[in-house]
Formats: sequence, structure tokens, C-alpha cells
Amino acid sequence: MSATQFCTFYIKGLLFGVEVQTVQEVIQHQDMTGVPLAPKVVAGLINLRGQIVTAIDLRRRLGVCDRAAGELPMNVVVRTSDGAVSLLVDDIGDVVEVEEKDFENAPDTLASTSRELIRGVYKLKKELLLVLDTQRSVNIQATAGESGPGAQ
Amino acid sequence: MNEFIQEFLVEGGELLDGLDRDFVEFEKDPHSKELVARIFRAIHTLKGTGGTIGLKKLESINHIGENILSRLRDGKLSLNAEITSALLAMIDLSRQLLASVEKTGEEGDLDLSGVIQSLTAILEGEESTQGAGKPEVHATAVAAGASPLIGELLVQSGAVAGRDIVGALDAQKDGDPRHLGEILVHHGAVEHKTVQDALQTQSESREDAAVNSSIRVDVNLLDKVMNLVGELVLARNQVLQFTSHEKDPAFLNTAQRLNLITTELQEGVMKTRMQPIGNIWNKFPRIVRDLSNVTGKLVRLEMEGAQTELDKTIIEAIKDPLTHIVRNCLDHGIESAAEREAAGKPAQGLLFLRAFHEGGQVNIEISDDGGGLDLEAIKAKAVERGLLSPQHIAKMTDREIGNMVFMAGFSTAKKVTNISGRGVGMDVVKTNIEKIGGTVDVTSTRGHGTTLKIKIPLTLAIIPALIVTTGGERFAIPQVSLVELVRLEGSAAETGVEMIQEAAVYRLRGNLLPVVYLNRELQLTSAKDEAADDVINIVVLQADGRQFGLVVDEINDTEEIVVKPLSKQLKGVSTFAGATIMGDGKVALILDTHGLAERASLAGGAHEHATGAGRGRSEEAAEQRESWLLFRVGDRGKLAVPLSMVSRLEEFDPKMIEISGKRQVVQYRGKIMPLLRVADALQLPMQAAGEGSIKVVVHSDGGQSVGLVVEEILDIVDQHVSITGKADGQLLGTAVIQQHVTDLLNVPALVMSMAGEGRMA
Repeated sequence: MSATQFCTFYIKGLLFGVEVQTVQEVIQHQDMTGVPLAPKVVAGLINLRGQIVTAIDLRRRLGVCDRAAGELPMNVVVRTSDGAVSLLVDDIGDVVEVEEKDFENAPDTLASTSRELIRGVYKLKKELLLVLDTQRSVNIQATAGESGPGAQ
Repeated sequence: MNEFIQEFLVEGGELLDGLDRDFVEFEKDPHSKELVARIFRAIHTLKGTGGTIGLKKLESINHIGENILSRLRDGKLSLNAEITSALLAMIDLSRQLLASVEKTGEEGDLDLSGVIQSLTAILEGEESTQGAGKPEVHATAVAAGASPLIGELLVQSGAVAGRDIVGALDAQKDGDPRHLGEILVHHGAVEHKTVQDALQTQSESREDAAVNSSIRVDVNLLDKVMNLVGELVLARNQVLQFTSHEKDPAFLNTAQRLNLITTELQEGVMKTRMQPIGNIWNKFPRIVRDLSNVTGKLVRLEMEGAQTELDKTIIEAIKDPLTHIVRNCLDHGIESAAEREAAGKPAQGLLFLRAFHEGGQVNIEISDDGGGLDLEAIKAKAVERGLLSPQHIAKMTDREIGNMVFMAGFSTAKKVTNISGRGVGMDVVKTNIEKIGGTVDVTSTRGHGTTLKIKIPLTLAIIPALIVTTGGERFAIPQVSLVELVRLEGSAAETGVEMIQEAAVYRLRGNLLPVVYLNRELQLTSAKDEAADDVINIVVLQADGRQFGLVVDEINDTEEIVVKPLSKQLKGVSTFAGATIMGDGKVALILDTHGLAERASLAGGAHEHATGAGRGRSEEAAEQRESWLLFRVGDRGKLAVPLSMVSRLEEFDPKMIEISGKRQVVQYRGKIMPLLRVADALQLPMQAAGEGSIKVVVHSDGGQSVGLVVEEILDIVDQHVSITGKADGQLLGTAVIQQHVTDLLNVPALVMSMAGEGRMA
């Protein structure tokens, strides 16, 4: 039980991971329909074989700069308590197996938005794997007011 | 829980529902052999199966019930109100037992003694009173049309004329103890055999109601099939798009067939989810019966159109609101027998339910012939609760006042009963109905009753919608909120939409229609250069009883769309009702006209945020919004009139003004329209008499128009106005609009004063 598998991906050079069980599928960039007046982190809606899935741009969610124009993100579709949600990431990594002993809490010096979304860090041989809290990442109700329809 | 118990729970529930229905019917027709037999069978099944799977309590109470029924069947006992109530109590208890089994797997420790006692009392009492007295039947609630009357059947078959039936019925009323058929045969109106045939038909139709030639299907499976059909509709739309640039006749034929089959399949699957509204109505005879007993009122329940079908999800959604309305009607609507007789009405009140299809919607009407709404009490209550100012109420129509019963926390019931009147409810009814895209409206005549009209869509899953494009994005507008399409070309496009400061309006057949630009509301950049526009497309929409025009870049087509809900992340965006997948596989958003109208009026009066910020949200919502036309007269500063009073804004050349008697008039639309200088009427200093055109606000009332001459039209604002200051002659009062103190003009009073004095410049 000490080993867990993570599906990993990159956002602005950093390696993130979510538990493999929560990932429904990983797909290429899809055409998206933007939602006017929606919170900025919502990149749009995609048609996933007849199911409409909301795509959340993790760059914006984490508060880092946008992708350069022409750089197409990948979709990591995760299952949440409210149905499938797609997370837009820069690039997809391998599925890695981690040991419990390599786990450490996120350092306090992380920016507050990131610290809220990062559950902890696994120290891999070559790099660090940041564990993303999917449920919190897709929960944007609290922040919706700031950049959402209320702003004029 | 094992499979048998699961199955029995479903079956038991249905049996109990059927029993409810049959008992009320049975009270009406206590001699019906079929009904006794049916009730007996149902109770027997409950007892037998219940016992077999170990539900001992259920078995024991239904055992006593069965005994009573067998005596009723054998004529040893006759039905009276006491027996019916005891048996109904037994049914209720059985239902509770089943509910407990469903929840916990056990029958629980429900107290059976009360019911057992009353049931045993009946059985024991039977010995002592046997053979004594006639059956006492207390039929308070009657489900008309549940099984056809013999007279109706005979008239329908053409065997007897209507007046013969009426004659025979009169004879019955006058004390003729014979059955209707016997009287008719005796009078020679009909042959014996025909009556026998009709009786046969009657009992068959009663049988039909009980026997279901159907199979049970898991709702989840139906939902899944429905989803698949939705997908198929999308795929079909996709294929049909290819047909436009495809010449292969074989392909075109196949596509055509696919189109037809899909449509039929969609209708068919839709039908499987359809249920007659009677499924909910079936509960009402019982509710009416119980409530009439509790309240001591006499109520007759009539239902029409119980076969009207609705989507299952909608049936579920309106079940509680309808029940609430029915309870309300009984509790508050219909008066006690004594009060009714005093008012010269029949002692028995009438509750009438009606359902019918109209224009792709289902209409449900619930009316009573009770006391009607007490509009004065409603007004008083509204003022007392601080929901509206007296001035505001004075201007409201009776219908608007009546509809205030749907406001939260509103109850004019003199006392709170355990049935209703706590002031929660009608607002929930309205919210629930609106949630499924329906509307509810109340009309009432004091002393004659109240009618509630509910309109709901047939289904929510697949709806017709208009597809429009703005800023390169496609949007779907549900057909139900669509009124008409207006296309302005050439010079009309340049001048058609006029600006009153920031608010755009369009003159639609003489009336001012507020215009909203979709691209601006959604903060999209329009693909077209607005200034160089030679075509303007206006989609006229209806929202909350108001109309507004929505300017879009392009109007594409109408299409059947499959509505998909938006995810939680987007719930805060009120301008969209959902999303759908278009024929090309791309996602398009469905506009929510209510949300859009709401947003547009907010954006129109950005200043309003400042004034409204301090107030609580609920208060804000409770107050009525209205559009006001702001204008300037003389040096008085700003004046405002409700936009509803304004039929048009006009400009006239001073040369057009003519004099008739003491009045200034203009020729306007083939009629003579008197002009009224607002400055004069209010005895304000005159502005230096005009160079250039004069500005006129046209007010029409009953075909007669009056032109109010003003100095300058300033703006149209849409905001909550709280009127302060006393109404005084031509002024309604004063309010703060756009952070300026503004006098509100009482147009009718102004016009009246003109007619009276003829004081014109």
C-alpha cells in the first residue's frame, strides 16, 4: 500500500501529478467554446463524445502566466464529485509510481494559491512531483465573484 | 434487502395508491360490486404477500381490513364514513410500514393499536347494528369522470336523447328510487337490452382503469435511452449538414430516411417518458376528502383532461406545487358551507382541475368558486411588510396585486392552520414552476373564486431553439421566449435604433422596445463593424412579462437542440441556461433570456449600484422594477414618468402647431392630438420659446393621445424607485434617480387637469 501511481503533467516547467484513479482520460487539444462572462480560469467547453465538459486552465488556476500564443494545451480529464472536468496542462508526462517515504508537505514559502492546491511533494530521483488537489482545483465558486460576471 | 421484498414494495405502493382512488370512488358508489371486489383483492394481496415475506404487522392490520371488506362484499355491512375513515387510516398505516421497510428493512415500531381498535370496533359493532338503518354515505369528494356515467354512455351511443336522461334524472331527484336505466326503460325511451349493453361497457371501463397492460422499466434505463436518442439527433443533424453539398441521390435518400426515423424514434422515446397528469391528480380525491372532513367544508372535485401527458421529470417537478395549490384552495379559497349559503352560493364548493395542450405547452388550471383573493388585504399586507409603497400599489392592476401572493413570506390568511397559511409555499410553488421553464399566473374575482394558470413545457430534454451568431460564437435561444424577428436594412438600419443617452430603443409598431446588444452584454467583439452596418437583426424576446430586442450579428436557423446542464463552475453565470452540441460537433451555449434581461437592465443603470448597494438583496428583489423616462422641463430640473405611460417619443416642427379653441394641437397620425406644455401645467418658468423642433412625449389612453411638450428627453432608466414625499396633484412624489432628486409626474392626473381647466398656453 505504500506505492501509489500518479499521472503526471507539466505546467510552466513544473511536474504535477494526480492519482491515476481519478483520471478518466488524457486527450489532445480540443476545439473549445468560450463562455463569455465566466470566471477567467474556465477556458471553455469541450465536446467529449457527446458529453459537455468544462475545461479549466491550470495555468490560470495556479496564477501563473498564460501559455504563449500558438502553444496548444493538453486535456487531462479527471473525475470529480460533480462529473468530469478537463484540466488544461502544457504537456503530459509519464505515469510514475511513488513511495510513501518520499512524501513531504508543501513548503510554506509557496504562493498562497499554489499552496491551497498542492497537497504535498514527492521527491523523485530527478525532480519533484507536486501533488495536485483535483477537487480544489475544479472548485472555483469562491473565486468566481472576482473575475466573473460581477465585474463590470 | 432481498429481491422479493424490493418487488413487493413497488407493487404494494401501487396497490395502496389504487386503494386510495377506489375508496373515494366507493364512497360515491357504495353498491358497486366491482369496486368492493377490487378493494378486497388489493387488501388480500397486501395481507397475503406481506405475510409470506415476513411483514407481520402489515399482515395483521390488513387481515382485519379484509374481514371488514368481506362483510361489505356480502352485504352484511354497509359503507359509512366511519368505516371509510378507518379503512383509509389502515391504508395510511400500511404505507408507513412499507416506507419503514424500504428505509430500514424492518417494519419498525409503529403503533398499530389505534387503527386495530377502530377496525375491530367496526367488526364488533356490526353484530349489534346489523340490518339496522340505511347506508349512510357521506360523499364529500367526488372524482368526476373516473368512470363514465350510465347516462353519458347511453347518450354517446346515440340510444337516448339528452333530454330523456335529464327527465329521468329529475324523476330520480323527485324521489323515484329506481335506477336510471329502469326509469328509461319504463318510459320507453330505450330498450332493456341497450341499457344492459351500456352497463357492460361501464363495468368494462372500470375494469380498464385497474388492469395495466404495461411492463415496468427502470427509469435509469429510459434516461439512458433518452440520452442516446439525443446523441442520435445530433448525429442526424451532422449528417444533414453534408446533404447540402452532396449530390449522390442514394446518399440523399438515406439521409432523408435517417432524418424521418430519428424524428419518429425521438417522439417514441419521448412518449415512453410521458405520463398522464392523472397520475398526480389521482391523489387529489383523497386529499380533498380528508381536508373537507378536517375543515368541515363541502367540496366537490372535478377534473378534466387527466390524460394530458407530460414528461416524467416535469410530472415529478410539479407534483408538490400542485398539491400545495390544491390544499390552499381548500383551506383558504373555498368558504364554509354556512358562509357560502349566506353569500347565495351552493353549499358545496367546487374545485376544478383542468389540463390541456396548447402551443407546445401544457396548461394546467386550478380554479375554485370560493371567496377569491382579498386584494385589499393583500395591499395592506404588502404595505405592512414594507414590500411596496402605497403609491406604487395605487398604480398596480388587480392582476399584478393578485400575483403578489407569490412573493416570499406572504400570507393573508387570518389564522395559520395546520394545512397552510404560514406564508411559505406560494413563492416556492412559483420558484419550482419557473425552474422547469413554466409560468404561473393568478386571476381572481372577489366573491366568485380564484383561478391559477400554470403553463409548462412538454419536455425539457430536447427543445426547439433559434441559433444566432454574435462575435463569431453561436448561441441558442429557446423558442419559447421568442416573440418575433425584425430585420432592419439600409436606411432603416442607420436610424432604426435610437439612443436615449445610453439606452437604445427601437420603435416596434409604435411602441418603444428596449434594445440590448448581445455582443456588448457578453463582452464579445462583434465580427462586424457596427458603424458600417447596413443590416441589423433584432430578436424580440419575452422575459418576465417584458419584451426586449436583442441585436445579434446573424440569425441562422431553428434547430432541435439537446439541452445539457452547465457544470458547477459555471452556475454563477446567469446569462446561460445550458449548453448543447451543434451539428458540427462544437458546443454552443443556450441563452437564458431572464438572466440576460436582468443583466442588461443592470448594465443600463450602472449608477444604480451605488444607490442600491446599501440595501439587502431580498429587499431589492422584492421591490418592483420599472423603467422610467427622464426628461427636463423648464428650470425644474428632472422629471420622470413611468415608461409604461409613454407610447412614443416624437419631434414636431413648431410650424405644425395649430390652434383649436384655446388649445394647441398637432395633426398626428390622422388625428388631432392636443399638446400639453408640462412647464405650464406645473406653473414653471417658461424657457425661451423654441427654436428648432419641439420634443413631445406621447401618452395614449383608450385611443386618445396627448402630447406632453418637454424641453429635453434625458434618459431611460430601469431601476427600483422608492417614492418619497406626498403625492400632490400632478406629482406622484419624489424619488432619487441617478443620484438626482427627481419629481415623478402623474400623467393621468395631468391630462385630467388639462381636460378640466383647458388651461393651455
